[in-house]
Amino acid sequence: MKTGLRRTSLYIPGNNPSMLQNASVYGADCIILDLEDAITVTEKDSARILVRNALRSIRYGTTEVTVRVNALSTHFGQEDFMEIIPMKPDAVRLPKCEAPEDVVQADQLITEIERKNGIEIGSVKIIPMIESALGGINLLDIVRSSRRITGVNYGAEDYTADIGAVRTKEGRELDDIRAKIVVAARIAGVHALDSVFADVNDSDGLFDEAYAARRLGFDGKSVIHPRQIPVVHRAFTPSQKEISFARRVVHAIEEAKQKKSGVIALNGKMIDAPVVTKARKIIALAEAAGYRDEGVLS
Amino acid sequence: MTNKVGQAGTLESCDALVIATIPSEGEGIEIQLDSPSLVSFEKEMRDAITGVLQELNVMCGVLKVQDRGALDCTLRARVETAVRRALAALPEGSERP
Amino acid sequence: MTLDKNVRVIPDTLPGIKNVRSFQAGATSSLAEMPRTPKRCGKIVSTVREALHRAGIRDGMTLSFHHHLRNGDLVVNMVLDIVAEMGIRDITLAPSALFPVHEALLRHVKNGVIRTIQGSVNGPVGQAASHGEFVAPVVLRSHGGRVRAIQTGDLHVDIAILAAPSADQMGNVSGVIGPSACGSLGYAFTDAQYADTVIAITDNLLPYPVTPFSLLQTEVDWVVPVEKIGVPEKIVSGTLKITQDPMRLLIAEQVARVVEESGLLIDGFSMQAGAGGISLAASACIRESMKKRGVRGSFISGGITGQSVDMLKEGLFRTLLDVQSFDLEAVASLACNPNHVEMSASFYANTAAKGCVVDMLDVAVLGATQVDTDFNVNVNTESDGVLLHGIGGHMDTAAGAKITVIVTPLFRGRMPMVVDQVITRTTPGNTVDVVVTERGIAVNPGRKDLLDNLRGKGLPLMDIHDLKKMAENMTGVPSMPPFGERIIGIVEYRDGSIIDVIRQRV
Repeated sequence: MKTGLRRTSLYIPGNNPSMLQNASVYGADCIILDLEDAITVTEKDSARILVRNALRSIRYGTTEVTVRVNALSTHFGQEDFMEIIPMKPDAVRLPKCEAPEDVVQADQLITEIERKNGIEIGSVKIIPMIESALGGINLLDIVRSSRRITGVNYGAEDYTADIGAVRTKEGRELDDIRAKIVVAARIAGVHALDSVFADVNDSDGLFDEAYAARRLGFDGKSVIHPRQIPVVHRAFTPSQKEISFARRVVHAIEEAKQKKSGVIALNGKMIDAPVVTKARKIIALAEAAGYRDEGVLS
Repeated sequence: MTNKVGQAGTLESCDALVIATIPSEGEGIEIQLDSPSLVSFEKEMRDAITGVLQELNVMCGVLKVQDRGALDCTLRARVETAVRRALAALPEGSERP
Repeated sequence: MTLDKNVRVIPDTLPGIKNVRSFQAGATSSLAEMPRTPKRCGKIVSTVREALHRAGIRDGMTLSFHHHLRNGDLVVNMVLDIVAEMGIRDITLAPSALFPVHEALLRHVKNGVIRTIQGSVNGPVGQAASHGEFVAPVVLRSHGGRVRAIQTGDLHVDIAILAAPSADQMGNVSGVIGPSACGSLGYAFTDAQYADTVIAITDNLLPYPVTPFSLLQTEVDWVVPVEKIGVPEKIVSGTLKITQDPMRLLIAEQVARVVEESGLLIDGFSMQAGAGGISLAASACIRESMKKRGVRGSFISGGITGQSVDMLKEGLFRTLLDVQSFDLEAVASLACNPNHVEMSASFYANTAAKGCVVDMLDVAVLGATQVDTDFNVNVNTESDGVLLHGIGGHMDTAAGAKITVIVTPLFRGRMPMVVDQVITRTTPGNTVDVVVTERGIAVNPGRKDLLDNLRGKGLPLMDIHDLKKMAENMTGVPSMPPFGERIIGIVEYRDGSIIDVIRQRV
């Protein structure tokens, strides 16, 4: 059973056997086995075969397993799909999406491979990555282009390079794409996933950025080192106040259900659907952070 | 007779460095295996190597495997990559056209 | 009746005195009984050969050494070369430990100078033992067990040859000063006390009296000045760095969590953790937990590192009980901090003593080369069945500590570390409480109390059999290494019973 949370997605270079075999021990919600930027052109074949074998034999337990394949527009994309999809990863991360067609093409190829391998159609999900100005403009169409899409991500370095922005530690140059990602993700009903924080030694900076991302509406953040995982998880852990409110909301719903009452109210205020959705999300995050339901504190 | 050579993997811990030499003709597979896990897993490792060669329809060749504690899936991947690279390579000593 | 010059009358018999001898100026009978010790003018002998000769060395004797100079030791090899030159054969070597530098001894094994080893066998010498190169099986003892064996006479030491970082002409020895300073001389005390003859070898002869002294003039027979006893940079390391390896750090954090939830992390807390990568990191994590909780511990024991010294300075612990000092900080601290105390191996771990430190320990964090589903631990043989390590204080601390935590990755390379049966049983499962790996934590089912404390705390608790299966899912099931019939090693438990034997690798 996967948890459904994506607070952290840990990048693992696809050609490193030691890191591949330990990818899931650090507690990331999701791992990204990388065949793209982490792999030099001359090692694309060896990484692809290594990751394929890892997917076949290593049990990653409750961790969501995704593979960042090479874009289908490159020499390596097609072969990546042919080797990786039959191993049924939970999802592929599709880099450099610029238009809905990029996703549709991948979707069709996945369907074809699933069919050929007797895999239920739609098993392998897609998480598109936005890494260019064009992708940014087409964002909403991209995230609505396939039912396989369960989340959307952007690449901060490539994106800022493409739009000609200066990359800073504060990251104001990313304000625009971040807002777009969150809004598009909400419209499509998928996860909004924040980009990496590059300085692995600055855990305060990482915490601030992750905490800001959560406040913006992101569901998680990519990480590049195991030691970043607990920091991001901390940032994505709701406050005690949020948790107890969420519990009271859920409790009120359960009570209303039992009484078969149509109107749900808490402290005299109406509870509508968005409040319930938010409450359930907060409880899931709280439980992932180790909070147990100790009943409703009133 | 000409040889085609392919190499894959590294000497890092948990990896294996494999050099596959595949002749244009000949018979038999020779496996030169060096590993810290030889005492405990020699049979499994040899089976894995020959298994990959069979899957790739390779009937003859020399596989030099310097293992550094690779898991079975890693060893198989490195052998497969080395052999594929050998099969795709130009024969030793030949000039690029 | 005797009449002395002053017409003082001393009767021939006196109540309470067995044999009455009347005083005679200039003829101190206690010196007469020790003709080897020249009166007061010192014990300096110019060569090792001469000292060994005066000690009456002959074939078949047992020679003991301490290992405080670690891989920088020049004394063991030097002495055995001289023993060989003297034509002596069939020596039993009784070191408290050996290091890779002692590979040079193997030629004396081959040429018959060394018959066997009792105490500790490590590295290349262990490998040679595994391949049957010793005439008699080597006997492996823990630090505590070695003391017990010497005290009871199970191991009789004829000559103790003790590397002395500083010494005076009367044989007082200090470990904290001199070019080869190593800090504590904890493992040498028993040898000095019990050997028939004690020879101190030093490259730093100082005016009498040398202080602070560890080994005493009351026990040392001869002092031999030599040019060099050790290679300083190989004796103590610089600051031992905490590992950056995320997997080791993960295991270390889990250890700290276990300690936090064990119920023992309260004022008065005591612990021992080695200088290995995971243990050192575990100490660092426990240090943070103590600070966070405001816990003031009582003592850290065993091998002392700069990190232990920092924890003492921070007031997290009141005392360091130092049987061996691992780094320069530890040596410097031992020399000047009165709360950093040198202790003997007997005081530390001897089960036959009237009380030892390990029995006062709350938590011991220890390594392993294998653990099995009965929680037995192997620290002696590698997965390929070759003898490669001594016992150290492993079985002593495990037996004493309230909670013994074994730290190990679930597999190293392709070798699973949690197995059905350890190849060699060093430390018995009934003294091991928790096994912490990166993929799960197994608690000895015999420790229901501990299990109750740890349950429901978000720790990845698992049955040890499931941990084993998880390892084998990754690695496959290893075959047992091929062994012959011949016994090449005997593993003695700390009480003198035999807990296992090691057979020759074929």
